[in-house]
Amino acid sequence: MATQAESATLDHQHHGDGVRRRDFLNVAAVSFAGVGGVIAIAPLIVQMSPSADVLAMASIEVDISKVVPGQGIKVAWRKQPVFVRNLMPKEIAEANAVDISSLRDPQTLAQRTKPGKQNWLITMGVCTHLGCVPLGISEGENRGPYGGYFCPCHGSMYDTAARIRQGPAPLNLQVPDYSFKSPTVVQIG
Amino acid sequence: MSFSWAKPYEPKSALARWMDDRMPLPRLVYGAIGGGYPVPRNLNYFWNFGVLAGIFLTIQIVTGIVLAMHFMASADGGAFNTVNQLIMRDVNAGWLLRYAHMNGASFFFIVTYIHIFRGLYYGSYKAPRELVWMLGLVIYLLMMATAFMGYVLPWGQMSYWGAQVITGFFSAFPLVGEPIRVWLLGGYAPDQATVTRFFSLHYLLPFVIFGVVILHIWALHIPGSSNPTGVDVKNERDTLPFHPFYTAKDGWFAGAFLTLFVIVTYFAPDYLGHPDNYIPANPLSTPAHIVPEWYFWPFYAILKSFTVNFVLPAKLWGVLAMFSSILLLFLLPWLDTSPVRSGNYRPIFKRFFWLLVIDVALLGWAGGFAPTPMRVAVGQAATIYYFLHFLVILPIVGRIETPLPLPDSISSSVLHGEDAESAPAAIASKRPPRAKTVTAAN
Ligand code: HEM
Ligand code: FES
Repeated sequence: MATQAESATLDHQHHGDGVRRRDFLNVAAVSFAGVGGVIAIAPLIVQMSPSADVLAMASIEVDISKVVPGQGIKVAWRKQPVFVRNLMPKEIAEANAVDISSLRDPQTLAQRTKPGKQNWLITMGVCTHLGCVPLGISEGENRGPYGGYFCPCHGSMYDTAARIRQGPAPLNLQVPDYSFKSPTVVQIG
Repeated sequence: MSFSWAKPYEPKSALARWMDDRMPLPRLVYGAIGGGYPVPRNLNYFWNFGVLAGIFLTIQIVTGIVLAMHFMASADGGAFNTVNQLIMRDVNAGWLLRYAHMNGASFFFIVTYIHIFRGLYYGSYKAPRELVWMLGLVIYLLMMATAFMGYVLPWGQMSYWGAQVITGFFSAFPLVGEPIRVWLLGGYAPDQATVTRFFSLHYLLPFVIFGVVILHIWALHIPGSSNPTGVDVKNERDTLPFHPFYTAKDGWFAGAFLTLFVIVTYFAPDYLGHPDNYIPANPLSTPAHIVPEWYFWPFYAILKSFTVNFVLPAKLWGVLAMFSSILLLFLLPWLDTSPVRSGNYRPIFKRFFWLLVIDVALLGWAGGFAPTPMRVAVGQAATIYYFLHFLVILPIVGRIETPLPLPDSISSSVLHGEDAESAPAAIASKRPPRAKTVTAAN
């Protein structure tokens, strides 16, 4: 009893080093509650990230046998448009004639296509500026001065390798993961 | 808080006394918007817009809650159909409620913009009302978030592409940007997860706004309202009790203004909207020309004004400039160096104020229509001027300007003729020359 009473009075006095036992308890308790509080926020934040069903959105297979040179098709993958374009030899030559160092996002056509399949230009149809769908994949649409794609939203212009040439977009149209299942079937994703 | 001559609350009935001892809400109301709150007697009609903003917030909450009884936040046609088929055609009076909510949002912004420019002209942001001003800006930011998410809900083409473009702002930031965008959307493009969370937040934020409005008014009631002369209240002759004087004035003006709102809602309900939003969202096809709602046009112009990379990518510049154009206003109380509040007594400031109004209108014009080279150039010039106004012109004007002589007091500025008649000649002759604008202010 006596010792308890002593320590209680001691609690209210300063020890030699100026630290009180109660200070330690306070700091420990508040830190513990604080860390717990922060951890409790985690589920509230991660619930907003893409859910499993969104992530699981299957890869798609695209039949490209009907796409003749000079033509392109627009397919939906993960609810976003993908441009599959069969380049004409002239368009390939134009893309390869560009001095890479002059580009905003320097890449060659070969780096943006599969080996031996330079004519198959497969990119996301999502402008790297603010996400509009550029024009130029369908017959008769405005392809802009570089013959690739033209984004009507703020005027980004892409060339025949879907590289950004002029306008506000910072990057080339993104190339998704894809592979050739057969000469006429492409799997995207 | 409040002035020493404010009338104290006196419960009139036994019930009122009983209540006052237990939960003095009537006392609070009496002191805040009743006979116990003295207000400068010379307020002009620009001081009605705060109350009007509160009325429009209420209209949005009430019409919103009933719309939510019929709305289904589904991206597979559900959201679009519950708005455009169910609410607009099948639900009794649904069309009226929906149009009231749609136009209510626009009128809310009209009222808020007038309210903000009132503050800019009369220097309402200056000490001791800095926090009133900053809380107002918080409300404005919350309103923009609310309106943006509301516009996404009907899931038309403009809804969808607006969501795409606006969340795309975040992807301008290196490294963290794209993950943040995906996190906000709950996917790689706007989809089901996006509509559901936007609906949840669109329902929540107006109530948060309501809370901040309470803080805004609380902070205002410490010094009380400023007034068109910007001169502090000195004695009882300068004020009138809020009730019945300003309740009556606010009431009549609300009636007049709401008439305008009702006329637009009935006779031109789609005038302020965009026809493309009556086309269901199509993730594979962008409308030829995406524009936000009119109240975002000036900011959209600032965003579009950056077209060349300079150290940072143009896109990042645009986004940073757009955000800073609003964040800048938080510093306004310290950027404006003049001790005189009201623009009525600041001859140079007054000119620049009107230039700013024109500048913002030009920005709106540049942002709301397709970017021709001419519009981009105008937008760029107007963007530069916008920042110049706040960062360079205001600090300098405050230093070099000689303000006009201020009136001795609010009452002497208002009761010109009358107090000259009743006051001894000595006092009357000491009065400064009457500023001509005071008459316009009444
Ligand atoms: C700060 C207040 C508010 C603002 C500025 C605002 C703004 C908007 C806007 C601009 C729209 C799109 C209108 C359209 O295209 O039809 C909208 C839609 C909607 N809002 Fe609000 N709103 C507010 C408060 C609320 C509240 C409190 C609720 C419900 C509790 C609500 C529920 C809805 C619903 C269900 C829709 C979709 C139906 C529709 O499009 O007509 N809103 N809101
Ligand atoms: S989104 Fe394509 S140019 Fe802006």
